[in-house]
This record gives sequence, C-alpha cells and structure tokens, in this order.
Amino acid sequence: MTEGRLLRAQAPEVSAAKARRWGSLYFMEHMLRSMRAYVVTIIVTSIGNPLLYLFSMGVGLASIVDRSPSAHFAGVGYLAFAAPALLVSSSVMTCANEMMFPVMDGFKWRRIYYGPHVTPLVPGQLAAGHVMAVGIRLLVQCTVFYLIMLGFGATLSPTSWLIVPVGVLAGMAFGTPLMAYAARIDKENFQFSMIQRFIVMPLFLFSGTFYPLGTMPQAMQWIGWISPLWHGNQLGRLVTIGPTEPVWLVAVHVVYLAALGTFGMVWARHNYARRMDA
Amino acid sequence: MVASVRPEGAPVISAQDLVKTYGDVNAVDGISFAIPAGESFGLLGPNGAGKSTTMRMIGGVSQRTAGQLNIMGLDPEQQGPEVRAHLGVVPQQDNLDEELRVRENLIIYGRYFGLSRSYLSQRADELLEFAQLQDKAKARVDSLSGGMKRRLTIARSLINDPKILLLDEPTTGLDPQARHVLWDRLFRLKEQGVTLVLTTHYMDEAEQLCDRLIVVDKGRIMAEGSPAQLIRKHSSREVLELRFGTDRNVAVAERLDGTGDRIEVLPDRVLVYSDNGEESLEAIRGRGFHPITSLVRRASLEDVFLRLTGRSLVD
Amino acid sequence: MSILHDDDYILAADRRPLSALYSRNARAVIERGFRVIKSQNWIVLVSGFFEPVFYLLSMGIGLGQLVGSVQGPNGAPISYAAYIAPALLAVSAMNGAIYDSTWNIFFKMHFGKLYQSMLYTSLGPFDIAVGEIFMALFRGFLYALGFTGVMAVMGLITTPWALLLVPASVMVAFGFASFGMAITSYMKTFQQMDIITFVMLPMFLFSATFYPLTVYPEPVQWLVQALPLWHGVELMREISTGAFSLVTLLHLLYYVVMVLVGLAFTTRRLRALFLR
Repeated sequence: MTEGRLLRAQAPEVSAAKARRWGSLYFMEHMLRSMRAYVVTIIVTSIGNPLLYLFSMGVGLASIVDRSPSAHFAGVGYLAFAAPALLVSSSVMTCANEMMFPVMDGFKWRRIYYGPHVTPLVPGQLAAGHVMAVGIRLLVQCTVFYLIMLGFGATLSPTSWLIVPVGVLAGMAFGTPLMAYAARIDKENFQFSMIQRFIVMPLFLFSGTFYPLGTMPQAMQWIGWISPLWHGNQLGRLVTIGPTEPVWLVAVHVVYLAALGTFGMVWARHNYARRMDA
Repeated sequence: MVASVRPEGAPVISAQDLVKTYGDVNAVDGISFAIPAGESFGLLGPNGAGKSTTMRMIGGVSQRTAGQLNIMGLDPEQQGPEVRAHLGVVPQQDNLDEELRVRENLIIYGRYFGLSRSYLSQRADELLEFAQLQDKAKARVDSLSGGMKRRLTIARSLINDPKILLLDEPTTGLDPQARHVLWDRLFRLKEQGVTLVLTTHYMDEAEQLCDRLIVVDKGRIMAEGSPAQLIRKHSSREVLELRFGTDRNVAVAERLDGTGDRIEVLPDRVLVYSDNGEESLEAIRGRGFHPITSLVRRASLEDVFLRLTGRSLVD
Repeated sequence: MSILHDDDYILAADRRPLSALYSRNARAVIERGFRVIKSQNWIVLVSGFFEPVFYLLSMGIGLGQLVGSVQGPNGAPISYAAYIAPALLAVSAMNGAIYDSTWNIFFKMHFGKLYQSMLYTSLGPFDIAVGEIFMALFRGFLYALGFTGVMAVMGLITTPWALLLVPASVMVAFGFASFGMAITSYMKTFQQMDIITFVMLPMFLFSATFYPLTVYPEPVQWLVQALPLWHGVELMREISTGAFSLVTLLHLLYYVVMVLVGLAFTTRRLRALFLR
C-alpha cells in the first residue's frame, strides 16, 4: 500500500463523468460475469433446447400433422412453420426467467444492485445494464438456435437470419415490463411461479406457436393479439418463410413489440429509481 | 428394548478421538472430552474451528469419519431418534419453519417427538411466555425481529423437556440486553440439572456460563479447564494494552523487555502481560515511551486463545 | 419441571431394524404438510393443476383441429384430444412427483433449512422421506382428480374404466417420487440440479406424448420404451379407453419394480442426503 510509488485513483470528477457516460456498460459487465455461475446451463440449453424441440415438434409431430389433409401452413411443411415460432418462444421464456428471480436477487436476496448503488452509478443504469446483459445472452441463444434451424433445413427465405433480432426483440418486449414489475415486489410470495404458470405458459401455448392463431376458437384469439409472442412468431415467419400477411399487419407487429419494449424499459428505470433512491 | 449401558456417575456425553473430514479438510481432528450430568460445558474457538461440526455429531445428524461417541450410553449414529428425544438443540442459524405461524412452530416441532397434542398445547403457551412472545402466537415467523426469532428457537428447543441442551452460538447477533435475558434463562435450566453444551466465540459468554470448557482451534483441542484455571495457567492476571501508532508499535515493543511477563504485538497495539498493569505502565513511561492510549484490564479467555494459537478469536 | 438427577440420564436402546433412521413418526411430517396446505394461499396449491389443462386445451383443441383423429390403443380412431389427454396426465404426474422429490427437497434442505430442524428432533431421515413422499402423492392425487374431471367435461371419457386414471396417476407419481430423493442426494449445487431438467425435458418430448412411437426408427423406439414415462403414457392411454391387454400388466409391473427399487435406493442414500 505504502511501498514504492504511490498508486492514485483518477480524480473523482473523471470517475463521475465516466460513470455518467458508460455506467450501464460497467454494470452490464458485472451481470455478464455473474452469469458465469450458470454458463454450463446456458450453453447446454442453448444447444439442447433447439435440438429437442425441432426434433420432437418439427420432425416428430410433423409426421402426423403433415399427412393430415386439413393441415396447411401457408403452403410450407410443419417444420418450417413451427421452427421460427419455437425460436421466438425460447427467447421469450428465457427472457422471462432472467427478469424475475435475478431481479429479486438484485434487490433482496444477494442485493447485488446495492453494491454499485453506492458508486457513481444511478439506478436507471443498473436496469439498463441488466437488460443489456440479458440481451447479449438472448443474442447468443437465438444465433445458436438459428444455426441449428439451418441444419434442419427449416428456413426458406434469404432473409431468414433476421430471425435473430426478431427473437431478441420479442424477448425484450415481454421481459422488460416483467422486470419493471419484479422491481416493485417486496416479498416473493409465489408471484413468479404464478406468472410462469398463468402468463408465460399460456402465452407459449395460445400464441399461434404450434398452429395458426385462426385455428383456435374465436373467443380465444384475443390472447394472440395482446401476446408479444404471437407478434414475434408472425414476424419470425415473415423473415424465414416469406410474406403472407398484409403490410399494415407487419407494421403492427413491429410497432407493438417496439412499443412494449420501450414502455417496459422506461417503467423499469422508473421503478428502479423509486425503489433504490427512496 | 434393552436397558442402557451407562453406569451410574459416568459422563452423559463422552467423545473419543472424534474426526470429521469433508473432502480433504479435517473439520474435526481428534477431539476427546467427557461431560458429567448437570455440567455446563463450553467449546470455545474461532469460526471454523470445528465446534458446530462437533455439535452436529453429538446430535447424530452428521456422520463422523472416525472416533467414538457415547450419549447417555448410546451411539447417536446408531440410535439417532432415541438420543435426540432427550436433546434440545439451538442451531447457530435459526431454522424456524417460515411456512407456519409462531405457535404452530412449537406445536409441530413437538409432534416430531411424538408428543401429544394436549401436552403440546399447554407447553407451547408456557414456552411462549418463557420467550416473551405471548402476543406473537399467531404472527408469521418472518415478521419477527432477530432477537424474537432467537428466543423462539430457544423456546422450541425446550418443547420436549430436554436433559441435554446443545446451544450453538446462542447469543450471536443479539443486543446486550437480549443476551442477559437469555443467560438468565440458561442459568435457570442449569439449576434444574439440565446439562448444557454450548459453543461460543465470545469469551465473556464462556466465562459467564461454562463450568468447564475446551479451547478448540483447527479441529483440535488446545486446552481444557474452567475459565479461571485456563486464565491462571496461560496468562498473567492483568493485561496492559498500549498504542504507539501503527508505524511505531513494533519498534517500541522490542525495547519493552522486562516491563512485564510477556509482550505480544498485534497489528494495532502492544499487549503487556503482567500481574500489575499500572506498575508496568509506570516502568514503560520511565523508559521514556509515552503511548497514545493505554488501558489496564483483567486477563480474559481471549488472551488464553492468543497465547495458545498466536491468533485472536474474532478476526 | 422437577430437578434432574444423575439417574435420570439413562437411555434405552431400540433394536428395531432401521431404528437409526426411522422413529415411526412420519405422520408428524404429514401433519406439518397439511398445516402448510391449510395456511398457504389456495391459488398456489391449485395452480399446479392448470398446466396439463392448458396443454390439453391448446394441443387438443387447436392442434387437434388440424390433426383430426389418430389411431387409439385398441386400433380404433380417437380424437387427438382423447389421444393426448391421458398422456398429459402421466406427464403431469411425473413432473409433480419429480419437482416435489428433487427441487422441493433441495430448497428445504439448503435454503429453508427445514430438515435441519426436523432432524434434531427424534425424527429420523426415513420419517421425513416417507412424510414428504406421501405429501407429494397427495398433491398428485388432487391434480389427477381435477384433470380427470376436465377430461369428463370435455367429453373425452367414454368408459367407466377411466376412473382408474386417478390411482394409476398416483402410481406413476410414486414411481418417480421414490427415485427423486435418492438422485437429489448426489446434488450439491443449483447447476447440478439443472441436470434433472435436461433429463426430464427430452423424456417429456419423446415419450409418445403428442404422436405415436411409430414415427421413430426402430432403435429409437427401443430406447423410448426403456424409459419410465413411456410406460406411464401407455398405461394411462390403455386405461382411458379400457383397452387392456397383457402389455398393460407389463406397464404396471414396470412401476411396481420402479417403486421398490426407488425406495430401496432412497433408503440407502438417506444418510448421504440428510446426515452430511
């Protein structure tokens, strides 16, 4: 400490200015490092889930769906129909998980948000840094899924690589409002398992993932209309199969997802600040 | 059922060369002791010394790697339920059932001993009073303060009228007043003939509560005896604590030879062991050294531990 | 309390077999379980029932429209919903039992510290295991009852034999629950617990839940047939249509053996699980 030349930190003003500018990235690094604790799980699920779902649904289920005369999916096989939606679903579900317990962990259990909170970082940057770290995880996961889709021959369009940003966008559109909500919870009384069981799971099952939304009874189709997953699924099919919907509907998908994600981010920053600076 | 093999007057707990290994770490490394009925016996040592592991082996909830253990004539590993039926245990960390209410915690815990509902209903009320939690009977456990949870854990350990009470760091985290309340309760149990076994890293607690204790470090016994005996044997009567400033402590200490029985240099201060602290202080001043602060105190188990291990109890 | 004397400190040994692990008091653990159910939010208890129902609605009704009818266990065509419903019940029995005997145990052990306090009483690990398995089966029973009711409402039940779906579902749950604790005894970290999910998910997806086994090449079929879930799915499907054969007995036998082996395995691992 006192030996040799005197080691000095940069001037406080410099730290403050840097934190103001790059703080979100500093915290993103923190979150990415803490993901190392379960990096094996991330890798195994990123590779295993697409293989499992594409084999069982895209190939296994396809064998009984494709032979049925009543089934037709925009003129493509069941594998090509289901694959982009499975990618988007997996991104949405991963994002949902990353935005529930880890957020609670930050505020309550291991309180990882409170370390940086006494540095020049502000709560909004913590929310943004966390979102960016999860975004990187989704980017990796969607890219791996896409490559495996290519291996299965499940893509039909030259624009199919766009499924990767579509997956990340859909994940965030669902994940950021959830993050904002999680930041408001003081005590976890099964709210997260309830969300898992009554929101995430029904969205997965009723958002036109396994069959076109129009196949469901009229009375249940509203679930798809409000579900970011349905909008993501349709965008995904647009880029991997080709256009089947009118342009205005495509615009609705994009605007809806972007609006939801932006709203979630703004609300999350607000809730983080309210909770930590109160 | 067969009768106990414990002869009259024999120790109620005896341990021979206890060893517990986790991986290649020896948490307990050959500990032996014997505790007669009604004694209050302490295990004193820093965190990680192996005290809690020893307690867990006594309760038969941790399998020993080697050695013999005998509780009232039985091996807790072979006769766990029988042995534990007579034990009350206060673990280091409260492990109350957060899914149940305060009073339910006592009732259900008692059911684990197969105690009858009518007994438990009465006993639970008595113990709530003992723990001063009568008006919290229906409260959720997570709404209790730290001190309240501790008292509830201790009340819970008494549900079966245990003959042996194992207390693992019973007052860690309590405020001074709560500690004294708790010590008072423990004295009362001792007066009733209950055998107390407690671990602590507070020397004042050990001095207050223990008839006899072992000093444990790195899984081994460093010394054994009553608190007074240990202090007499391993320390002088008084200790003079001096601070000369971080940069000067070592240099000054080297020139204090002869002012006390023994000099000990810690990072922040110098300890001079002597039967008369004031006299030593005069002698040091006479040599022209003027400490920034000085304090004469009675020697404690902390000093015993420092002497035996070269380290202090609480890092 | 009277004052204790030296001769009060006398203990009698118990020479029953397993007496080191079992104090014949599992009912105290069960009593705790029911108290928790009573005081917990009912929606939490009920929520577990919905997952298979959502699957049935989504796949049975939505996908069923596209698939039409498929071949049932006795050769006659049945609706796609009637085909997957018993399979979903088997999957739900498996998932519930595995969750209760692995994650639930793991949490209570490492975070709630519930078992530490239980073990310091005269309970032995065997009492805890029996009590917890009983509670898992009780929850499984409730869900099976509810799901069978939903099947009835949806008109998917055509034979009185279908009432046997409930006990069969408990049997399937028992098979998995008897193994779960033994497996948990090897797990030290969350990351290791994830392995359980890696094993369960493919079993769910490939055990002929949503489509017949015949879509696979022969070697894959053999592999799937060795796994427990496939036997559960087939057992339930046969019961739901009343199409029994010698193979039904084989499926049952598979579970009887699984329960016996699982319980023996779990009993052997109790010390490693609870007495670390």
